Amino acid sequence: MTVNGEVVTRDVEARLLLVHFLRDELGLTGTHWGCDTSNCGTCVVLYDDEPVKSCTVLAVMAGGHDVRTVESLEWEGQLDPVQQGFMECHGLQCGFCTSGMLMSARALLDRDPDPSEATIREAISGQICRCTGYASIVRSVRWAAEHPAGGVG
Amino acid sequence: MTTTTPMGHGRMLRKEDRRFVRGRGRYVDDLQLPGMLHLAVLRSPVAHARIVSIDTLAAEAHPKVKAVVTGAMLAERGLAWMPTLSGDRQAVLATDKVRFQGQEVAFVVAEDRYSARDALELIDVEYDLLEPVVDVRRALDPDAALIRDDVPGKTDNHCFDWETGDAAAAEAVFARAEVVVRQELVFPRVHPAPMETCGAVADYDRIEEKLTLWSTTQAPHAHRTLLSMFAGIPEHRIRVVSPDIGGGFGNKVPVYPGYVHAIVGSIMTGRPVKWTEDRTENLVASGFARDYVMQGEIAATREGRILAVRSHVLADHGAFNGTAAPRKFPGGFFGVFTGSYDIEAAYCSMTAVHTNKAPGGVAYACSFRIAEAVYLVERLVDMLAAELDRDPVSLRMQNFIRPDQFPYTSRTGWVYDSGDYPRAMELALQIAGYDELRAEQAERRARGAGEPLMGIGVSFFTEAVGAGPRKDMDMLGLGMADGCELRVHPTGSAVVRISVQTQGQGHETTFAQLIAEELGLHPDDVDVVHGDTDSTPYGLGTYGSRSTPVSGAAAVLAARRVRDKAQLIAAGMLEVAPDDLEWSTAQGGGRFDVRGVPGSGVTIQEVAMRAHGAGDLPDGVEGGLDAQISYNPDNLTYPFGAYICVVDIDPGTAVVTVRRFIAVDDCGTRINEMIVEGQIHGGLTDGIGMALMEFIGFDEHGNCLGGSLMDYLIPTALEVPDWETGTTVTPAPDHPIGAKGVGESATVGSPPAVVNAVIDALAPYGVRHADMPLTPSRVWEAMQGRAAPPF
Amino acid sequence: MQVPAPVEYARAISVEHAIGLLGRLGEEARLIAGGHSLLPMMKLRLANPEYLVDINDLHAELGYIEVGPTEVRLGAMTRHRELLESDPLAAVCPIFRDAERVIADPPVRNRGTLGGALCQADPSEDLSSVCTALDASCVIQGADGVRVVPMDDFHRGPYETAVGHAEILTEVRIPIRPGGSSAYAKVDRRAGDWAVVAAGAALWLDEHATIADARVGLAAVGPHTTHLPEVSRALRGREPSEAAWELAGGIAASACRPVTDSRGSADYKRHLAGELTRRTLRTAWERARERGGASWR
Repeated sequence: MTVNGEVVTRDVEARLLLVHFLRDELGLTGTHWGCDTSNCGTCVVLYDDEPVKSCTVLAVMAGGHDVRTVESLEWEGQLDPVQQGFMECHGLQCGFCTSGMLMSARALLDRDPDPSEATIREAISGQICRCTGYASIVRSVRWAAEHPAGGVG
Repeated sequence: MTTTTPMGHGRMLRKEDRRFVRGRGRYVDDLQLPGMLHLAVLRSPVAHARIVSIDTLAAEAHPKVKAVVTGAMLAERGLAWMPTLSGDRQAVLATDKVRFQGQEVAFVVAEDRYSARDALELIDVEYDLLEPVVDVRRALDPDAALIRDDVPGKTDNHCFDWETGDAAAAEAVFARAEVVVRQELVFPRVHPAPMETCGAVADYDRIEEKLTLWSTTQAPHAHRTLLSMFAGIPEHRIRVVSPDIGGGFGNKVPVYPGYVHAIVGSIMTGRPVKWTEDRTENLVASGFARDYVMQGEIAATREGRILAVRSHVLADHGAFNGTAAPRKFPGGFFGVFTGSYDIEAAYCSMTAVHTNKAPGGVAYACSFRIAEAVYLVERLVDMLAAELDRDPVSLRMQNFIRPDQFPYTSRTGWVYDSGDYPRAMELALQIAGYDELRAEQAERRARGAGEPLMGIGVSFFTEAVGAGPRKDMDMLGLGMADGCELRVHPTGSAVVRISVQTQGQGHETTFAQLIAEELGLHPDDVDVVHGDTDSTPYGLGTYGSRSTPVSGAAAVLAARRVRDKAQLIAAGMLEVAPDDLEWSTAQGGGRFDVRGVPGSGVTIQEVAMRAHGAGDLPDGVEGGLDAQISYNPDNLTYPFGAYICVVDIDPGTAVVTVRRFIAVDDCGTRINEMIVEGQIHGGLTDGIGMALMEFIGFDEHGNCLGGSLMDYLIPTALEVPDWETGTTVTPAPDHPIGAKGVGESATVGSPPAVVNAVIDALAPYGVRHADMPLTPSRVWEAMQGRAAPPF
Repeated sequence: MQVPAPVEYARAISVEHAIGLLGRLGEEARLIAGGHSLLPMMKLRLANPEYLVDINDLHAELGYIEVGPTEVRLGAMTRHRELLESDPLAAVCPIFRDAERVIADPPVRNRGTLGGALCQADPSEDLSSVCTALDASCVIQGADGVRVVPMDDFHRGPYETAVGHAEILTEVRIPIRPGGSSAYAKVDRRAGDWAVVAAGAALWLDEHATIADARVGLAAVGPHTTHLPEVSRALRGREPSEAAWELAGGIAASACRPVTDSRGSADYKRHLAGELTRRTLRTAWERARERGGASWR
């Protein structure tokens, strides 16, 4: 599969979950996990450009597909606007759900560069944040929408 | 009192976010050590049973398994039981019986996490089933099964009794009161469920005889002391590291058997061992919260003067009393159940019992049971308002402790430090547009059928946080003080080492701001070190909203001690008397100038270089620029707030929608407005969760019905509104910058606001009360005039 | 995190290949599509297949939404998100968009498939009620060829369907009759939760604007999706009216068999069965009237 733009090839057990492949095999520990039942969304990555829960995909199933994780957002030393937005608007506290939220936010803005509050809430509704109460996450995504080139002048 | 200056306090982006947004946080499960093994725990499938036999042969034969450990093996080493934070004991692995579903029975250490999990399937345990004790109300029945037969002489499931207030005085008031309202209020069992589950990596170095334990703990120093006392490893041979923590909310205060398993596993194998809970383990076996059945009574005059509040609490502490609360406060700080009101008498008695449920109690951002206390009094006040046909706001206003009464000693002996309750309530009313909301409600009710049922709920809370004064408060004999070490380097940057640990509260930012404000440095020039017992001073950790009130005070006082020393050095540099100098930060940095001559003096950086540099220092002044503090607070701090919740209920489906939520918080001086707001937003979401959906239930066999995030529901972005917040600032008189804690305020204050709103909406149906969680089914049952369904 | 037991894995490159693999690997082989029903069960070790046959590569072959004049054909590998976002589908069967909005959550909808949802046969599953209301048929392919099973015969019980071993559900066919529309409503305790109760309704008007036919499918009120033929019988030939919806709601409430559980009391669910039947029929009628108004004049 391709992970963050690089082709990776590994021999793994068929049962290995994608999230463990990313974390344990590739050392990409930015993707976290928080439940067993596909409910928390902590493990969201982009799978062929769409948000997917990587705890509910086998690594072997991802063979031939494109996976992007939070580690890919920063590009040539420049933070993605969603990363900047989360910093500017206090879109995170403990940081645990943040990677998944950032990936969903990125995918949303790629499809809809000017999403409404309701659209943003819907887009992150499969991901639980226990810290922020979501309003600041919504504002963070709006910030990114309003600063498509980032905030560094 | 300055609340916002360019130097330190005020909105500032968080330093820690730089790593989190890049996915570069370092959580316990991220840790990979060479040769690391993985641990999985076999848990009891039943709530109460005698263990007949455990067969581990097949598991031991698994090619990737390195060790299989049972309770019997631990018992040989005296490690089968460990102390809990409340002085009870808890099985590390069950030896005789299992006492709750999910209890630890055996563990496996294997080459990888999948193999460890596979090997659990190969362990065969034979159980002899016993009658479970599930219903808290029947735990003390003479025929109830005895849960704690491990305790010599124990004949029933009684855990403890506790009382506060004056029973006779309260009885006298109730006997003559014109109006008395009584209600049983159940605050059900809920769970903090941080997004990161609990876990640990233990690495025992046999050569150095030193244990390093990376763990998801909110209290690394307290854990180290406990582990040393229990496991017999000298305390200086244990290093507890709490790296980035994915949320705590109280769930990560206790010492869990899994931590001990990892330690034992590492000692046995000589290799690092990682244990990470899965979500079911977290929900069924780790520290729950609440689980109080409260008989509440409130007495008043017909004119609405509240005279007394009384309650009896039946507390479910589960199979082992795993409560984390100061020793003299087995019921936590429930004693503040008199709320924000000036009343004549109060009394509470509490009976705590054991049941065949997970151990714990006091977790989930409750400020040591204040969530329960606030819920009790705020529901009772609302019910009194309904009884008297009074507006719930005006009734509260009539009975508030007045601003001129502070410091105010409550009828249960708590000394409220400062407050201006009417001001906070009025601000909340103004933000809400309270009169307009009531007018809209009246219009909708007049229009009748088909209209959403609109409800407006009010709550007002006072918390007691920042435990606490050593004379009153300790855990297992450890005083609840916190330390701080501050060093200013020669070039004027600084490092501050603190004894509390962030789980998302932003300590790396706010503590830098505190030091920066006091020393006239830029916060970027202050590094905050925390969460490692080898490199931070002793203290009891982050919970009970105590970081800012206790450790924050320690940091400020350390900085002031450094500044005092800097003043002596500056006086020497300028050849003037110290008293001739004045301190300012107005020029963009801290400096001492000769009084009345701006620009005449030296900067803090110049003083720092001098403190470390060549040349004489004034007589009696040592080199270096540092200070160490162990702060013992004189009193708790008492943050407060006024909350208003607006709900709409679909009359056909009974689905509750939270339309608006207005929160005015007064936590004294705010260090970082942005972070304070974030703490409040999160707590409000918790409150909506508890009020509407979060619930750990059990069936009659003691099976946990909330054992996954499919069953234990936590609000998503679609269940919560955009928060409307307001601020008043009443500084804390006993805190050096006037700050009070805020981490739990909203979790404590919001559940009654939501419930009061739902009950208000249901007033046309004659509903006076319904217990949480107010799921659509429960709301509908209440509309039919019936009690809630059994789950 | 909980992890699956060891399992062998094979990728199918065509329907025939998948059927062949299933036949060769035996009873312990399971198909995996989106995986959002099966993998959680495997993690909890409630499902322990020996072999997984991955049919995600069949998305090109089985991921389609074809809206014809008399029939809608949905490939079984069509993902929830595709069903949600399809405007042609929403134009003829608005019930799909109603339902897909409240099925699970966006990342799950990006993976989960129509076929996977139907074959899981969870009594609370939404698309089964949708397909029941729409009088859909399921195309099942095996080594011996293709058979078409009406929705009423598809579910054999909780978690049990008419799809045999070494067979694949390949397509769902929905008849399009004139004058019809549809709607879906679900009560859940929280977004993304399974239904407390959900109802799907489809309704067809004749040229006189009376009810030619109506169908209701209920989720979460019995051992599997509940089809209510009594409602169809009661409504045929009736004038659309509040009284008609009341009648249908009453039938739904008394015909279903809910049980009390942590999602709600049996009484409440029975009430919801009635309430949601009324609401969905009313919405379906309103939609049919709007569409009919255009096509008949």
